[in-house]
Amino acid sequence: MIDLVWLIPLLPFIGFLINGLGRNILPKPLIGTIASLAVIGSFAISLSIFLTFDAAQPQVIHLFDWINVGSLSIPFAFQIDQLSIMMLLIITGIGSLIHIYSAGYMSHDAGFGKFFAYLNLFVFFMLLLVMGSNYVIMFIGWEGVGLCSYLLIGFWYSNGAYADAAKKAFIMNRIGDLGFLLGVFLIISTFGSVSFTEIFPKAAGMVSGDATLILITILLFIGATGKSAQLPLFTWLPDAMAGPTPVSALIHAATMVTAGIYMIARSNILFALSPVTLDIIAVVGLLTAVVAAFIALTQTDIKKVLAYSTVSQLGYMFLGLGVGAFTGAFFHVLTHAFFKALLFLGAGSVIHAMSNEQDMRNMGGLRKKLPVTFLTMLIGTIAIAGLPPFAGFFSKDEILAHVYEHNKLLWIIGLFGAFLTAAYMFRMMFLTFWGNFRGTEDQKHHLHESPVSMTFPLIVLAILSMVGGFMGVPHALGGHHWLNEYLGPVLAASNNILPALSLEHATEYMLMGLSVGGVIISIIIAYVKYVSKGYVPKEEELQSGINKLSYNKLYLDELYTAIIQKPLDILSTFFFKVVDKSGIDGLVNGLGKVSIEASKTLRLLQTGNVGFYIFAMVIGIVAVLVYSFIII
Amino acid sequence: MENITSTIQAVPLNHYILLSAIIFTIGVIGVLVRRNAIIIFMSVELMLNAVNLLLAAFSSYSGDASGQVFVFFIMALAAAEVAVGLAIIVMVYRNTSSIDINILNRLKW
Amino acid sequence: MNLLLLLFFPLVGALVTLLNSKFAKQSAFISSLVTLAFALLLLGDFVPDASSQFVVNYPWIPALGINFAVAIDGISMPLVLLTTGLFPLIILSSFGRSISQASFYALTLFMQFGLLLVFTATDAFLFYVGWEVALIPIYFICALWGGENRIKVNMKFFVYTIAGSLFMLLGIIYLHLQTADNSFSIASFYNLNLDATTQGWLFWCFFLAFAIKMPIFPFHTWQPDTYTEAPTTGTMLLSGIMLKMGIYGVIRWLIPVTPLGFLTWGHLALILSIIGIVYASIIAFTQKDVKRLIAYSSIGHVGLIAAGIFVWNIQGLQGAMIQMVNHGINVVGMFLIADILIDRLKTREIATMGGIAKVAPKFAIAFLIVVLGTVALPLTNGFIGEFLLLHGVYQFNIWYAAIAGLTIIFGAVYMLRMYKAVMQGETNERTASFKDINGSEFLVLAVVCLLIIVIGVYPQALLHISEASVENLMNQVNSKLAF
Repeated sequence: MIDLVWLIPLLPFIGFLINGLGRNILPKPLIGTIASLAVIGSFAISLSIFLTFDAAQPQVIHLFDWINVGSLSIPFAFQIDQLSIMMLLIITGIGSLIHIYSAGYMSHDAGFGKFFAYLNLFVFFMLLLVMGSNYVIMFIGWEGVGLCSYLLIGFWYSNGAYADAAKKAFIMNRIGDLGFLLGVFLIISTFGSVSFTEIFPKAAGMVSGDATLILITILLFIGATGKSAQLPLFTWLPDAMAGPTPVSALIHAATMVTAGIYMIARSNILFALSPVTLDIIAVVGLLTAVVAAFIALTQTDIKKVLAYSTVSQLGYMFLGLGVGAFTGAFFHVLTHAFFKALLFLGAGSVIHAMSNEQDMRNMGGLRKKLPVTFLTMLIGTIAIAGLPPFAGFFSKDEILAHVYEHNKLLWIIGLFGAFLTAAYMFRMMFLTFWGNFRGTEDQKHHLHESPVSMTFPLIVLAILSMVGGFMGVPHALGGHHWLNEYLGPVLAASNNILPALSLEHATEYMLMGLSVGGVIISIIIAYVKYVSKGYVPKEEELQSGINKLSYNKLYLDELYTAIIQKPLDILSTFFFKVVDKSGIDGLVNGLGKVSIEASKTLRLLQTGNVGFYIFAMVIGIVAVLVYSFIII
Repeated sequence: MENITSTIQAVPLNHYILLSAIIFTIGVIGVLVRRNAIIIFMSVELMLNAVNLLLAAFSSYSGDASGQVFVFFIMALAAAEVAVGLAIIVMVYRNTSSIDINILNRLKW
Repeated sequence: MNLLLLLFFPLVGALVTLLNSKFAKQSAFISSLVTLAFALLLLGDFVPDASSQFVVNYPWIPALGINFAVAIDGISMPLVLLTTGLFPLIILSSFGRSISQASFYALTLFMQFGLLLVFTATDAFLFYVGWEVALIPIYFICALWGGENRIKVNMKFFVYTIAGSLFMLLGIIYLHLQTADNSFSIASFYNLNLDATTQGWLFWCFFLAFAIKMPIFPFHTWQPDTYTEAPTTGTMLLSGIMLKMGIYGVIRWLIPVTPLGFLTWGHLALILSIIGIVYASIIAFTQKDVKRLIAYSSIGHVGLIAAGIFVWNIQGLQGAMIQMVNHGINVVGMFLIADILIDRLKTREIATMGGIAKVAPKFAIAFLIVVLGTVALPLTNGFIGEFLLLHGVYQFNIWYAAIAGLTIIFGAVYMLRMYKAVMQGETNERTASFKDINGSEFLVLAVVCLLIIVIGVYPQALLHISEASVENLMNQVNSKLAF
């Protein structure tokens, strides 16, 4: 089966070609079927590989030599191991569901064929990202998904604001990409190779805290902050909600944004040997988690709430990585993919029913009209809030337990963020599904449950959100943490370096109790405020006090415009008008002017007075004579 | 021939050089200080003749006839030059009623 | 297959085109295709080792030791392919434009002769002749068919380049006088062992000529004006191929002939190149004229190529070799896109455009692919070049690489800004009736897009051609530098 691994990315790529070329010719149902089948086919192959793969060593499948220059050799090759298999399952599995969902969601859009072509292309690049056997192939996928993200965010490009959001996403990602690229260069010069199978054994022999390793990991982490929307580069992700909702679910929740975590988990040995970087990652992740949660508290756009929630959850994953809980972070990637894809698709279903209304202030009371959407989203919300035994509880708890052991202060802040998560998520649920309907009559009339192609993925994801956590039941709860064992071969080297979790079971129970208790209290507060009192946020309240800071996203966009974009544009104009036009070009033109002026002055010597000419001639002759006879 | 050569050689070479230098200098100064075109012209002739004298003297002292051949060339040339030069001066006089060269300052930018 | 056939066929083509003015564009196009076929035949016989192949060497002016000596090695081959490959595209892209006249095509083909001479000459005098021969037609093309300010701008362009080349001529003559065998051949130039000070002076003589041609900051100010005022087809010739003469000159002549001068001054040249990358990219941010924006972006990209050469390692050089080809392809695509916009909308102002993607989807896709190639997205040709170049610069100094790498970010900024302003948003009355690309435009853009992706996916084919020669040249210079 492993010989067919090249088919996994090829199938979506073929789907992209067929749909891209035939987007105006093929009928819509056929396009949707081709696109979905391509991804489902990849999923089937991935699944069979998952079931048959039992090698302890990563399997490398060499396709062809891509770049060979001097001693630098970059093969186009795939690597299959436990980590990439898990990612393959997530990408193709959730990808298939979202393709099916999109067939219903996008059915009225004029750009149907284009949409599926892009979506297939995205899956192709995402698969390259996780299957690449070296950093450069990973980088192809890394930038390729950025491209697809750009295309899909700007899918409705006629709206200038959407096009701007797409552009912003691409550029902010590129800032991170430069860090990634420099990191790759440093890896090449340190290890003489880009292939994982050559780098990691060499790295394992280096001492912890090696300066080069720290620099490499910091540069790679800069790459991750761009792709995975961490401070200070996260502001593109909320704007990315301009894209169609299935895109938000697939790209901006389940897969692409977790690429940074995948990359760090893939390079775990490099990071495990760089404690300084790990600390930086933990702090950045935690800050992002709390800041994003804080912003999410006052957002009124249902997708924006979910976007900030994604940023916040990604922050938790980085926090987990930072404290050395690689399995925990990756566990959270998986569970988050389930429940966040679910929530986004649910939100899409709501938006679909509400005739493209996204403002929660105009919703309310939808639970009766959209029962399936409501129930599945409720499951997703409980999962993300972290109530047992749903998926989010296990993964988040594992991260927090590691954080607790690592540093108590980080843990307190992290726990506080988890409470905020529960608060804003249930706020969203209460505003949307409880209370009275606040939209227009037209919308009310139009309200309907979504078609089966949309509710089926919701149900599947809801089930996964319920049971997904059982793949990592901690020992304290009587499990044996299957995921940890499964990923063992990939993380073995760094597990030898990093201390294992050594908390007493009693302490773990205490941590779980605290977080569950806090979450329940948060939910009750939200319930009282938004259901019992029926509070609906008003614009003027959002624009006052601390709400103002949160509602306006801490003014980060304005800050970046003021300190980066504006100065660069001013610099550009300055360079163009002053340095280039007046300065350098002025100098060049000046040379021309000087010769013209000089000739104007010199020609005055030509007086026309013959006597003067003769006199000058005689003087000249005398000078020559004096020079040749006396001086020489 | 013998006669002329010995006659020339009767005077020491230095005297010839000195004389021509004096004549030449008179010519130069004449050209520089006078404004009358005819006087200037005459001064130019004076300079030419100073050179001729020198050529003749050197030629006989070094026993090489080519110097004296040059003298003939120069004299022929000078005659032609005088013809052209005087014609120009006549034209100048007709046009400006003057032969003061300082009037002729149109030859400039 | 004889190299002379390749060299002189364009001249025949020019003559035929001129005489046959009724079918000028057809005969010019066919001539360029035949030349391309010759080049491909040569490629078929080419062995990718370090040797000079298809050598032709006739005495031309024996009294002065001047030979008509041409040959192709791994460094010339990609450029010959680029030149012969781009000419059919450029000629095709001029179909249906007002420039499509017999005299224009004759000049274009004449220029091809000069360019091929530059890329194949192994005699310094012949190189110089080709260098100037290529300049004359482009002068007339710009002067006859350019924009409003063409005379003034063209004058500056001409004087600027000529000033540079005269320094080079000075250097060539000096080197000729030093040769033991009274020769202009490149081999005897390579074998000269002059002292470091002399080589320093010679370095500057050659560097000025090449730096102006490329152009490298701060010798670039002729370029944006000329690119903007020249007819777009002329701009393609200038930016797609002609500036490669400068880069080629640095690799072939400047550094190998004056290695000690390079040792002294190369670092300064490197710094200038890197300044140019950032400087030109930043200027491109706020350009309002679509051609001027591309012109500045080109300065940035060429700066990176130059930086890759001046760091003088295998990755940088190979990156420069492949990026020369890539830049030629991309910039021709970019200027064709600009030409289509200008042709349809009668304006160069970006601000007056918008929403074109909606009315011209094929054009939008082609534009996007060219933009992606230009911003060096992986699996496009630009990535291969920039990756190798940045890696080369990185090996020299990590900070230089970080600064030069800003091109990755800045390139995305100005290119996507332009793409957004031109293609996205709502249409206005000007762009609402924009016609999608037609036959010849479609063909050219399709070839350009195909090349962008093919080279991006399988660059090894191109890298392989130049590898041995580049390594050989590097070792030869390094042995003189006593590394």
